[in-house]
Amino acid sequence: MIVNKMEKRLRPPQINLKTYIPKVIMLANGEKMVVRETKREETSVLLETIFPLIEVQKDFYDIVAARMYAEILGWYRYRVANEFVLVGAIDGVIVGIVNSRIIDEDVGISLHTMTIKRGLRIGAQLFASKMENHFNMLGQKEVLIVAESPIGFRRWMIEYGLENREDEYPKVQHELGGVPTHVLTKSLYDIICDQKVGGQRPVDSEILATADILKAPEEYEQIPGFERSKQ
Amino acid sequence: MRKVYIVGIGHTNFGNLSELDLDLVDIMAFASTEAMDDAGIRKNRKIVDQVIVANMGGGIINHQTGIASSLVSRLDLEPAMAELIENGPASGASAIKMGFACIASGMVDVVMVTGGELMRTVSGWEGTDFISTLLHPEAEYNYGLTLPAFGGMFTRLYMERYGLTDRELAMVAVKNHENATKNPYAHVITPCTLEAIFDNPDVDTVNPYIAEPVRLYSTCPVSDGAASVIMCAMDSPKMGYFKKKEPIVISGVGSATDTHCVHQREDPLRLKAVQLSAERAYKMAGLSAKDISFAELHDAFLVLELAISEEIGFFKIGASKEAVVKGVTRINGSLPINTSGGLKAKGHPVGATGVSQVYELVKQLRGEAEKGRQVKNPKHGMAVNFGGFGNNVVTTICSKECKK
Repeated sequence: MIVNKMEKRLRPPQINLKTYIPKVIMLANGEKMVVRETKREETSVLLETIFPLIEVQKDFYDIVAARMYAEILGWYRYRVANEFVLVGAIDGVIVGIVNSRIIDEDVGISLHTMTIKRGLRIGAQLFASKMENHFNMLGQKEVLIVAESPIGFRRWMIEYGLENREDEYPKVQHELGGVPTHVLTKSLYDIICDQKVGGQRPVDSEILATADILKAPEEYEQIPGFERSKQ
Repeated sequence: MRKVYIVGIGHTNFGNLSELDLDLVDIMAFASTEAMDDAGIRKNRKIVDQVIVANMGGGIINHQTGIASSLVSRLDLEPAMAELIENGPASGASAIKMGFACIASGMVDVVMVTGGELMRTVSGWEGTDFISTLLHPEAEYNYGLTLPAFGGMFTRLYMERYGLTDRELAMVAVKNHENATKNPYAHVITPCTLEAIFDNPDVDTVNPYIAEPVRLYSTCPVSDGAASVIMCAMDSPKMGYFKKKEPIVISGVGSATDTHCVHQREDPLRLKAVQLSAERAYKMAGLSAKDISFAELHDAFLVLELAISEEIGFFKIGASKEAVVKGVTRINGSLPINTSGGLKAKGHPVGATGVSQVYELVKQLRGEAEKGRQVKNPKHGMAVNFGGFGNNVVTTICSKECKK
């Protein structure tokens, strides 16, 4: 059918990505967060989780949520190439989402990091997990990174000491709006991964099972009085 | 000397208040208004003779000066007298001391003391730099020293000399976070567990080093916020306005200084200004350490809670860790410390901290603390506000009734 032929032409070429191996991290309050890769069929709960934050201006949640929503929807409908999405879940409830994609076997592009439950370094843990996937699982050589908020800039550019590629702008630029790009190289990652990348493997089957079925959060610290039933 | 009562208290949330789009004086006005309401004098607010504001960084990080006069206008308190006290992180308790002196001397009858700080308007490293301006400019600051650096060195030395372990230090964090979870004004309301912040294979990512051996959970957050107290002379006819709440007496105030440069001290682990300020406060109050029911101690770095508790006579030098392990300093222990959550978890907007500590003393002595963090039948509460790296310290003792 012509439709199928058209659809085939609209879909980007895909590289088969190895699956991220799940891990568990005990957070400062004692809760155990499972970090795992999401499946395409879980898109609905991811979008349900992200959507309420699209109107939260504080800390640029609106930009991050709108873009991540589109990126995950694009992944689901085959409009983004080589994307992967990791979640952090406590008792199955999504507390953070990160997504990324790879350009080719060597170079990755970090897309977004969204922390739902704040104050427990969940964003920092998930971002580090995303980098772990790029370098340790997918064997990449470098990842292009930009920040859309001061928090992101502090967390990634400063704390990781990322290599600044502003000099090469506009030749080298991240696809998110062309903001001058910073880069995490494999050699830099190897130096800092012990301080940044947490998590224990293999995950106990009972704990892993808690994240089998992902649930959207019922509460958002960012949205006082939020009630999912009214959405 | 006239007896001085605290007759009203107010407090804002501590935390990141930048989203509220309020300026420094607005934040202070909220705490002040709450204090006026608590005292029952909002309509009769013109009885306030003197306003004293505590703030460290308004001129540097908020581009605001003349803050005391501005607060008076914001609250419609003219023609009250108004001054600003800047004494580093001890600004709050210094302002209370000055307010106390104004009343005790007979110069005025009613004083409002409000401390506040907006620190989240600048980046973390700018905030650290701003606090570091209290260090010696040539001997310390110019070499890149910061307060976390001093916190790290002090903690390391204390550990080496007294055998304090990381685990014992983490126990202090667990205690203070537990108290903060019940304090509605606290910056960090998330509890932490020993298993998670110490016995965790992922400890370096969950509780990373800030300035080794100081970790994230052994230092205070950077906070915005304000606190306020209203004081009145016991013998003033204006006491007739303050019938709403039980007055709490300021029974002792003391302060002391030490060398600006820490390296000039004979023993960098001994906090002589803490010891002397406490001695002076005890003497004025006619009390000793054994009379104190609970205390708010300046735990900007957790080791300071331990070291201060020793210098003020609660425990022998180097022995406070045993008290922590035994639970003596928990809410239900025999000598609760940092019932508010302390600077560690309640937060540390520097100019507000000393006032906030006294706010907590009053709340506890009135029996108004939230369920689960009310000290049982307290008589005397003590606050130690630590300025610089121990070079200017103010101790305040508040009592339910003046028993000498």
